[in-house]
Amino acid sequence: MAENIRIMFTHDFFMAILLPALIGGVAVTICSSLLGVTLVLKRYSMIGDGLSHIGYGALSVAAVMNLAPLKVALPVVIIAAFILLRLSESSSISGDSAIALFSTTALSIGILVSSKAGITNDVSHYLFGSILAMNRSDVILSVVLSVIVIAAFIFLYNRIFSVTFDESFASATGVRPAVYNMIFAVLTSVTVVLGMMMMGSLLISSLIVIPTLTAMRVCTSFKGVVFVSGAVSVISFLFGMFISLIFNTAPGASIVIVNVLFFLGASLLGRALRGRSRA
Amino acid sequence: MGKILECSALTASYDGVNVIEGLSFSINEGDYLCILGENGSGKSTLIKCLLGIKSADSGKIIMGGGLKQTDIGYLPQHTNLQKGFPATVNEVVLSGCLGRRGYRPFYSAAEKKIAIQAMERLGIADLAQRGCRELSGGQQQRMFLARAMCAAKKMLLLDEPVAALDAAATEEMYGIIKELNEKDKMTIIMVSHDVVKSLDEANKVLCLCSRSESFFGTPHDYACSHIKSKFLGD
Repeated sequence: MAENIRIMFTHDFFMAILLPALIGGVAVTICSSLLGVTLVLKRYSMIGDGLSHIGYGALSVAAVMNLAPLKVALPVVIIAAFILLRLSESSSISGDSAIALFSTTALSIGILVSSKAGITNDVSHYLFGSILAMNRSDVILSVVLSVIVIAAFIFLYNRIFSVTFDESFASATGVRPAVYNMIFAVLTSVTVVLGMMMMGSLLISSLIVIPTLTAMRVCTSFKGVVFVSGAVSVISFLFGMFISLIFNTAPGASIVIVNVLFFLGASLLGRALRGRSRA
Repeated sequence: MGKILECSALTASYDGVNVIEGLSFSINEGDYLCILGENGSGKSTLIKCLLGIKSADSGKIIMGGGLKQTDIGYLPQHTNLQKGFPATVNEVVLSGCLGRRGYRPFYSAAEKKIAIQAMERLGIADLAQRGCRELSGGQQQRMFLARAMCAAKKMLLLDEPVAALDAAATEEMYGIIKELNEKDKMTIIMVSHDVVKSLDEANKVLCLCSRSESFFGTPHDYACSHIKSKFLGD
């Protein structure tokens, strides 16, 4: 353990591997938690999960065909997000079964293609994540994305609230919910693809869902939920990373467990607070 | 009082089927119009046209007295307050000012004051910092009415405002709407299923009887024609 801590802070390891992971990771967790507030409250929680499986399929195909992974996965996932949002809004197939249909299909294609071509190494990275393998361009993309998401939340905050809370009223005040749903679809897709490289496609939806659920246990205001979920997700990420480095555990899974612990703590705290206000 | 809204030969369709055909009516400032009609008679479509969410296939909606579509305060039908949605009463009411903001990102002090005044007017100012999930049905409806008032400069459009309320809260709601109409000179358009009460409260009635048939006039005329059709028709 002491050896692990020593290695963690050696200059080379820190600069080459840990620092990019931390910067990229913090950026992606902020994005996923902010977008998560809207996705959870609009009942689109499973979209993140579905998109990550679709992304996995796309990345497998890209790996087999020797194409740049991001260039294939990003457009595929963005298109899938549009289709899923559309399907959720129309009533012909219900949203959750549409997601199940899409994600299992994509996952199967991914596994078929990669097993047939005998490439499993790269692809298993995307299933379980490899945050310590983030390269320079991944980090830059993550930081750019997080700046866009944070700016969108600051400047469009009141519109985002209105569209999330009540679409029919929002459209009566001249806000067009379809436009915001589209913006969210694109931002969520990019976040999911980046998050997938870090946490793996199996765990990314937890980054989207859990911080918001945690914040909802203790906050009554929308603003409070936005701030608390952002803060909780960053703290959980940092804690989870250090635990994984010190105890040699899988980073993605460690981060999720810390998030779950925060959720449990917040549930107890929220119950205590509500009990007191009732008394 | 001048004309505030005129609908002439309005035709609108939903999923390719005409649900409103050649509808004409007009109301003046300070009117209290009640829209009656069976389910599927095109009430919701008419509302969407009035709010500018949906465009008509033909015909016109003309606004008078400087009214714009985003100046109409809208109370949606049976707003499904999502269980557990984190938002304070103040946040919800303030979101009614969104139409005034244009593309400026934040609310000004003046808009925050409008929200506070609307809450005071409806007696929910003391609930401002409470989470909206803690409110009773009647309190929630007053919160949504306060939000609509923030958006409204001259006109409120209420879609079945009492549908989810118990008897006491219903009476109270009708009282508040009447007062807004009489004291604050707010023009009211209310969609309702409660024919008897509507005839009592409103000074004009629009009944969407079928796709191309409609009645527009005073409650008295409506009552007469209604009784007539009851006797002569079926």
